[in-house]
Amino acid sequence: MTTDPTADTSGIRTTQNAVAVDMSGVHKWYGQFHVLRHINLTVARGERIVIAGPSGSGKSTLIRCINALEEYQRGRIVVDGIELSDDVKKVERVRRDVGMVFQQFNLFPHLTVLQNCTLAPIWVRHMAKKDAEAAARHYLERVRIPEQADKYPGQLSGGQQQRVAIARALCMNPKIMLFDEPTSALDPEMVKEVLDTMVQLAMDGMTMLCVTHEMGFARQVANRVVFMDDGQIVEANAPQEFFENPQHERTKLFLSQILR
Amino acid sequence: MSVAYLRRAMAEPEPPPVASHGVWARTRERLFSGPFNIALTVVSAIVIAAVAIPLLRFLVIDAVWDGASRVDCLTETVGRPVGACWPFIGAKFTQLVYGFYPWGQHWRVDLTFVLGAVLLVPLLIPRVPWKLANAILFFGVYPIVAFYLLVGGRFGLDHVETRSWGGLLVTLVVAGTGIVVSLPLGILLALGRRSQMPIVHSLSVVFIEFWRGVPLITILFFSSYMLPLFLPGTWTLDALLRVLIGTALFASAYMAEVVRAGLQAIPRGQIEAGQAIGLGYWRIMGLIVMPQALRLVIPGIVNTFIGLFKDTTLVLIVAIFDFLGQMRAAFADPNWATPNTLFTGFAFAGIVYFLFCFGMSRYSLFVERWLKRGR
Repeated sequence: MTTDPTADTSGIRTTQNAVAVDMSGVHKWYGQFHVLRHINLTVARGERIVIAGPSGSGKSTLIRCINALEEYQRGRIVVDGIELSDDVKKVERVRRDVGMVFQQFNLFPHLTVLQNCTLAPIWVRHMAKKDAEAAARHYLERVRIPEQADKYPGQLSGGQQQRVAIARALCMNPKIMLFDEPTSALDPEMVKEVLDTMVQLAMDGMTMLCVTHEMGFARQVANRVVFMDDGQIVEANAPQEFFENPQHERTKLFLSQILR
Repeated sequence: MSVAYLRRAMAEPEPPPVASHGVWARTRERLFSGPFNIALTVVSAIVIAAVAIPLLRFLVIDAVWDGASRVDCLTETVGRPVGACWPFIGAKFTQLVYGFYPWGQHWRVDLTFVLGAVLLVPLLIPRVPWKLANAILFFGVYPIVAFYLLVGGRFGLDHVETRSWGGLLVTLVVAGTGIVVSLPLGILLALGRRSQMPIVHSLSVVFIEFWRGVPLITILFFSSYMLPLFLPGTWTLDALLRVLIGTALFASAYMAEVVRAGLQAIPRGQIEAGQAIGLGYWRIMGLIVMPQALRLVIPGIVNTFIGLFKDTTLVLIVAIFDFLGQMRAAFADPNWATPNTLFTGFAFAGIVYFLFCFGMSRYSLFVERWLKRGR
């Protein structure tokens, strides 16, 4: 693994797997509630997927299954060639290579921005502190907040916090990035700075799965928009087709509600 | 185009009104701002005076400072009303600190105290570097050194039975062991209680509820008088050690519940964020959850420490003479029997206990403020 932060600006490591994520026949229940119903989704390496749908449709649950934050009861999920199972070692291997950005940022409030970013590289990748800090500063530069490195998360605005969260995930040099409604908790004037960071990441070729209501973002960067309702994938299509020529009734209804 | 309202120039910030500033303004506002407030101030002043003046008279103004025996502390001898008889404390001081630790060996206790202080003080000051090495020395090496220093029997030191220990030595050994053991054990028990694993969970719950449900006196009695009956004949456990284990486990159960309260305050998202960056359970707990949870419950932790420190006086009932126990033993000395001996002794004991507990309390406030800086 490279420890020179300038050597690999894309943050993406080469891999033999052309398929980043393969979900087949995935079912999940919360008690009696059938939250994911027969999910089949294959994400190629470098592909950008936007997952949309009404609230409660299972979008977040779906991407949270990919890094095993949620368990599923039936079907199989293979992430970068590793099949998720009860094996903790496999789960931890998958999580190492899959970055995640949460709606509520979930930064560690007792650590500085820099420490937030170096925690996993030091403790999981066993990087030297000096190298981890250099890499962290590099990624903070990329999300355009290098000057905030020594502050605590509570001192930053929501948009800045979310960009730190993105930098924190990038510091692990992930192959896949998951975004769980990254702009939903932000004040309106801060949405753009986070989206810009995500667009830049997409330009660099990162494999991304984004749950978001930002349809402008979907149009701009997505290879495919996946529409979910009632725990199922209802429609998946290229953004142009998806927005201009939706096929399913529910898709049409959803689009008519969010687009004006 | 016309607008309903349009500001021509932006307003500049102005300084606040002067009247709310200054010591006098604030004193007036807080103590004498209205009839009710004035009445409260006056009543409080009277109560404070009624308590403070007699206390000051007893402890300082009327107190006897020099003397060799009870005679020097009697009203008849001094020719005026007398307060505290401080020469009594002076005469009994050695006993209060060392108990019946053999004469000539007191340096071992002194050295233990000094070593403890030398290691503890830099550990408590945030600015001093080498915290890890310091912590290893204090928590890992010091207890072993202290054990051999105090107990002896090795390295050319005479063996001193714990039966002859006493005074402040016993108080600090019992409280110190309790404090140092209860925090890590309490953390493990709190984690166990929140564990998904049924056996770990049940064992933690049973342990915590058992030790919390039984009074400390019962535990001390049981460990001192009944436990030996159950142990096989050749199996003997030192009396002080039994008490140490009893109080440490008792304090751990309380600590576990304090820590659990802190754990419950940490949002689930913190754990998920830790999982998402690939950390395992112990690292999530150690690096993310515990530092935040413990910070939240510092007041509760110190509360438990202070409670434990004062509870050590209960060891008296199993014939171990801690600081207060030695004091009570000293009262029996006819050479110092004066009307004020009892009050003097308890006043001194009160001051000593207060200094330790107040010290812990102030230190915890300092730590809380220090941790809040920059946030």
